Amino acid sequence: NEGKELSKEEKQRLRKQKKQQKKQKERKNEKSETEKEKTPVSLLPPPRPVATQKAPSALPAPASAPIPVPASAPFHSSPAPSPADKPAKSKAELKAERRARQETDRAAKQPGSSSSGIKTKVPLSELNPVVKRLPEHVQVDDPAVVKRLAKKLERQQIPLRSDYGYKVSLFSHLHQYSRKAPLTQQLSIPSTVIHPSIVRLGLQYSQGIVAGSNARSVALLHAFKQVIRDYTTPPNEELSRDLVNKLKPYISFLNQCRPLSASMGNAIKYIKKEISNIPSQCKEEEAKTKLLTCIDRYIEEKIVLAAKAISKYAIEKISDGDVILVYGCSSLVNNILCEAFEKSRKFRVIVVDSRPRLEGREALRRLVQRGISCTYVLISALSYILPEVSKVFLGAHALLANGYVMSRVGTSQIALVARTFNVPVLVCCETYKFCEKVQTDSFVSNELDDPDDLMVTRKGKTQLENWQDVSSLGLLNLVYDVTPPDFVDLVITDLGMIPCTSVPVVLRVKNLDQ
Amino acid sequence: MELQAVLMAAGGGSRMMDLTYNTPKPLLPVGNKPLIWYPLNLLERVGFEEVIVITTKEVQKMISTDPKVKLDVKMKLDLVCIQEDADMGTADALRHIQQKVKTDVLVVSCDLITDAALHEVVDLFRAHNATLSMLMSKAHEFTETVPGQKGKKKTGEQRDFVGVDDTGKRLLFMANEADLDEGVVIRKSIMRKHPRMHIKTGLVDAHLYCLKKSVVDFLADNKSISSIRGELVPYLVRKQFSKSTNSPKVIDETHQNLKKNDSNVNLEIQISSRDEELLHLTQERSCWNDHRGDMSDAYHGGRLRCYVHIMDEGICYRVNTLAAYIEANRLAPKLFDEPAVHPSAVVSERCLIGADSIIGASCQISDKTSIKRSTIGVSTTVREKVKVTNSIIMHGVTIEEGCNIQGSVICSNAVIGRGADIKYCLVGSAQRIEPDGEHTTMSKACSA
Repeated sequence: NEGKELSKEEKQRLRKQKKQQKKQKERKNEKSETEKEKTPVSLLPPPRPVATQKAPSALPAPASAPIPVPASAPFHSSPAPSPADKPAKSKAELKAERRARQETDRAAKQPGSSSSGIKTKVPLSELNPVVKRLPEHVQVDDPAVVKRLAKKLERQQIPLRSDYGYKVSLFSHLHQYSRKAPLTQQLSIPSTVIHPSIVRLGLQYSQGIVAGSNARSVALLHAFKQVIRDYTTPPNEELSRDLVNKLKPYISFLNQCRPLSASMGNAIKYIKKEISNIPSQCKEEEAKTKLLTCIDRYIEEKIVLAAKAISKYAIEKISDGDVILVYGCSSLVNNILCEAFEKSRKFRVIVVDSRPRLEGREALRRLVQRGISCTYVLISALSYILPEVSKVFLGAHALLANGYVMSRVGTSQIALVARTFNVPVLVCCETYKFCEKVQTDSFVSNELDDPDDLMVTRKGKTQLENWQDVSSLGLLNLVYDVTPPDFVDLVITDLGMIPCTSVPVVLRVKNLDQ
Repeated sequence: MELQAVLMAAGGGSRMMDLTYNTPKPLLPVGNKPLIWYPLNLLERVGFEEVIVITTKEVQKMISTDPKVKLDVKMKLDLVCIQEDADMGTADALRHIQQKVKTDVLVVSCDLITDAALHEVVDLFRAHNATLSMLMSKAHEFTETVPGQKGKKKTGEQRDFVGVDDTGKRLLFMANEADLDEGVVIRKSIMRKHPRMHIKTGLVDAHLYCLKKSVVDFLADNKSISSIRGELVPYLVRKQFSKSTNSPKVIDETHQNLKKNDSNVNLEIQISSRDEELLHLTQERSCWNDHRGDMSDAYHGGRLRCYVHIMDEGICYRVNTLAAYIEANRLAPKLFDEPAVHPSAVVSERCLIGADSIIGASCQISDKTSIKRSTIGVSTTVREKVKVTNSIIMHGVTIEEGCNIQGSVICSNAVIGRGADIKYCLVGSAQRIEPDGEHTTMSKACSA
């Protein structure tokens, strides 16, 4: 089936690689090749191998996508499977050959005739590199990776933010920054390298003034609008290529201030795609207006209208007399509850909160301001309060490709305890937060916040004031955790209400659309 | 461009006339560098590449001609001259250069000597989208005896009352004792929004302000404001809580009222930026609030915000009185690491120079002199057997043999005759002290 669905780019790449190989190799024994080639077949991941690798999704490193590097896989040394290795072949002959091969491939899908069938999978396996690079933000304890990052930042003239404090050993592969050491300390004050609105945005991220997945994306797009407005194409450059290059250091800077969220990653991908799609004969003013309207449309469609659609679906699930439990401050869930209240549904809300962020207080304020009757508990009282609850509404930071929900730390606990009490758990998430990462635990990729946030001063005394002096003490301030799909009963998105395991389907549909 | 730096160097130094009647204040030597060098160095260190310097013609002439005044800065200085006798306040000066101001401004005064981390002030300005952000410091007692002044500090030192909120960053209240008739009056609207306010009096205003461009435009329309510190800042602080900024109304009244409201509404309109709805959407979706305990949104929905960064430690002086000048001379060497004794000074071997003294270029220090905790200016001649303690000697001074100078300030080109004994005196520019004179605690500064 893969042969059928080769996209234009894959066909081009195929052609190029075949030409290369013809120039180098002689004819080799086909049987010995097939043995080598059997193994890459099993590694082919479902369903669109090239697409999923081309989109590193929310990886902060603007390192180029792991497009097949011919040198990496040992399989690349195998010559082209075509039997006639003549150096010069016309395009038509190549096409005919390829079509023939596809047919044999289709016919040879039977397990018996594996030798000729497997040959044709070679071009695809060559496109799938076996070596997958880990993103650098989860390899902080590897000095080589850190050095590479430092070099890249130096090239982009962005200061490197140094880690702070002792890191708990399980999470020593992640960055941990201190809020009291902002990145602006090392920047010149009238910032020339980085656009002022990006500096402002980075500060607002690192100080927590803009927090929450939706708010961060909107703020990011707003800052990009300013950047685009102030941008002028240098002579001899094309807007479509130069603007993307201009955005790269800004993205690195924002990543240093606070690791990018999945929603921000998707927004950045969208913008980069829009910018690269600008035709070269387009005038600068026109191009800029086009980009600005694109951004406005993206926000309008993916955030504002999606929230309305999700509220519409969610309100169907809220009945009169419900007791709804929410956790932390999710802008989407607050939106839903306020809309439901306006549509005169009778319900009451229990807000569960946790330290050190205590975001539940803000959610509580917004709900009470509208007139909704609320109860407020800390997460330690969860099992006490759950018998009263009829539904749990949770927000999400991202939905991963294997159906796991990545959300504020504590969410998985809520889902777990709710499952024990047989209370339905509904997760609300816009589709632009769907990300192609796969994670099954909260250790590999997470965010470590400032450990000093855990210190609390009561009656003038701060017990943990000198925690750094105690060598056996480590403070851990996790930000996210992942909830398995077995604990989630329904995901409400702007496309409708889907089960958690349908997330890869949505991702595939989205990619086909694009 | 993000910020433009403006250096106010047109002040007269009215509180230390003894020193400034001959030398304009920006060029007074502190640690053998002109006073204006310190804020310029601060701006350069932080990364500015251009500064607009507002100064008088006299200063401009001296900078370009006098070889003793070397500014040593790599930045581009755009000198704007104003008339000395125009009696312009700092806000008037800002109005004068309104055409040059294209973005937000950082206003610095020429008499500020500090090692503060400027990014703290600017970060408040950026992160909270503030209209005003300023720097203040805990005041230190001046321990040195001020020459030429008998008795204790002068009374009538007007105190400043500064009210900040619980975080210590948001500026809620600012008034000078002179403006308050009976007591400190705080409006109920402020107390309702910020129930906990800390009022501090022992703070020194560093006169370093980050102002939004809309404020400069507002100044251009409102010609009644003439001083930044005295009028503009208290006005902005008050305006944070005024009803009109939070809910703009158009009132049709008499022409004058309309004009006043226009200016208010103008300031209001200018605060809003493009894409206001996106910013509003961001704030709405963000789960952050700057205060808690009441039902209102972040910043109480106010669009005008003033912030202050209060330094706990570090050097921060405003050299506008004699005592501050002396203190600054004491501490200035810590701010730059040039050798205490200038290489071009001729210092004979049998003299005792203390570790915290500074000898300027082209000096001549003869035998058997003792110099402790003092600053000797450029091209000064010190003859034998002279004892200089705790004093500031400016440029081109000649000190004849056997003098004893203690705790004094000798201005440029003065001549101290042989065997003179000077304690806690201020000798003005180009004065002569007759030989064998004994002077204690007096100020000889009459112009010839």
